Amino acid sequence: MSKTKDILISPIFANNPIALQILGVCSALAVTSSLSVTLVMCIALTTVTAFSNLFISIIRNQVPNNIRIIVQMTIIASLVIVVDQVLKAYAYEISKQLSVFVGLIITNCIVMGRAEAFAMQNPPLPSLLDGIGNGLGYSVVLLFVGFLRELFGSGSLFGVEVLPLITNGGWYYSNGLMLLPPSAFFVIGGFIWLLRTWKKDQVEPAEFTLAKQTK
Amino acid sequence: MASKDSISRTVMVALALCVVCSVVVSSAAVVLKEQQVANAANEKKANILAAAGIAVVDGDLDAAFAQVTPKLVDMATGQFTDAFDTNVYDDVKAAKDPSLSVALTGDQDIASIRRQAKVRTVYLVEGDNGLEKVVLPVHGYGLWSTLYGFIALEADLNTVAGLGFYSHAETPGLGGEVDNPRWKAVWNGKQVFGADASEPLIGLIKGTASPSSKHDIDGLAGATLTSVGVTNLVRFWMGKDGFAPFLANLKAGEA
Repeated sequence: MSKTKDILISPIFANNPIALQILGVCSALAVTSSLSVTLVMCIALTTVTAFSNLFISIIRNQVPNNIRIIVQMTIIASLVIVVDQVLKAYAYEISKQLSVFVGLIITNCIVMGRAEAFAMQNPPLPSLLDGIGNGLGYSVVLLFVGFLRELFGSGSLFGVEVLPLITNGGWYYSNGLMLLPPSAFFVIGGFIWLLRTWKKDQVEPAEFTLAKQTK
Repeated sequence: MASKDSISRTVMVALALCVVCSVVVSSAAVVLKEQQVANAANEKKANILAAAGIAVVDGDLDAAFAQVTPKLVDMATGQFTDAFDTNVYDDVKAAKDPSLSVALTGDQDIASIRRQAKVRTVYLVEGDNGLEKVVLPVHGYGLWSTLYGFIALEADLNTVAGLGFYSHAETPGLGGEVDNPRWKAVWNGKQVFGADASEPLIGLIKGTASPSSKHDIDGLAGATLTSVGVTNLVRFWMGKDGFAPFLANLKAGEA
């Protein structure tokens, strides 16, 4: 695999920001109860990560070391505000459901983490790809969680009824837990388990081993 | 040029960055403002139309909304007033402004809203035979959040023509079922008042209401506090501290 392609693809499964780096879990809990909202959140975060990486990489040689975090923060915050404004203008319904979580992309560890860890050391094009790749890695997990939560919580996908609910005269008794944020913990945990069963190298070494029984 | 980490360089980079970012952010805000304001206005119109049961043809909200006349009501007297311009008056903001609202005492405030605007916007739907429907704004506290919505009454000012909430943060799947169209349909045709036209009797009961019952609405399963909140907010706004004086005036043709 070429290096450029690797930068784009590896964050999706091999070096997933949520599943391996365990970053940005907070919004994964909050916005995944319906798929359409999840999808918009994924697009918003991917856009912000990609462009913040790009702009930070462009000016990386000009940025004084002692204010670099503030510089990154300012760029990220500006991008997030622009994205939020665009959503309010063109996707009003969904922006209402996302409410503060678009604004909270500013504090999403993935954006900041990639800016500091990658964009500050690499040229613009790889940085842009790294941003997109990490955004996609985040999206894969969020869409997986959103799919399960909407399907079992509301019996629908993208708002289209799949399992007819008892409250609407069908047969499916919805799982209320799936609609509450804590359920995403279980689903993300399940995702990490599946991923590490598939990619064994992601399994962390045990922190200690039990001493042998002496008796 | 001074080194990358000198003080003058630091100040310069910081200044340049701030200028660029502020220009980007403010131009985005200015360019998109018109669209955003239109979205908010359209959403409100759509909610009023939904409560009144007026169909929107081909997505043309403004054409459908032409049937609706906004009017301001002085809550103390129950009379129409021209004190403000209906296009700019904002009920929700007014309820927070001490000069435009009154504080409610504990036993008045069954809907837990604390302050009530002195003037509220109501929406009249008039047809060929005069008044057809009245859409009244209602709000009150549920379990987690204040529910904001509209209730529409038929021309007899007693029969519910529709109800809908446009803003709330109740538990999805439990209290959030206030948005369920099947549940909202239960309200249609129920009576707000009994023989005594001042005390609203409509409210949610535990379990499923009998279809023959005039005032009972199905409770929301698993959402007792939201159900109580909805009952309270409807009773408050239909009661003597809410729209009851206005409805009485309107019925008598004296509003």
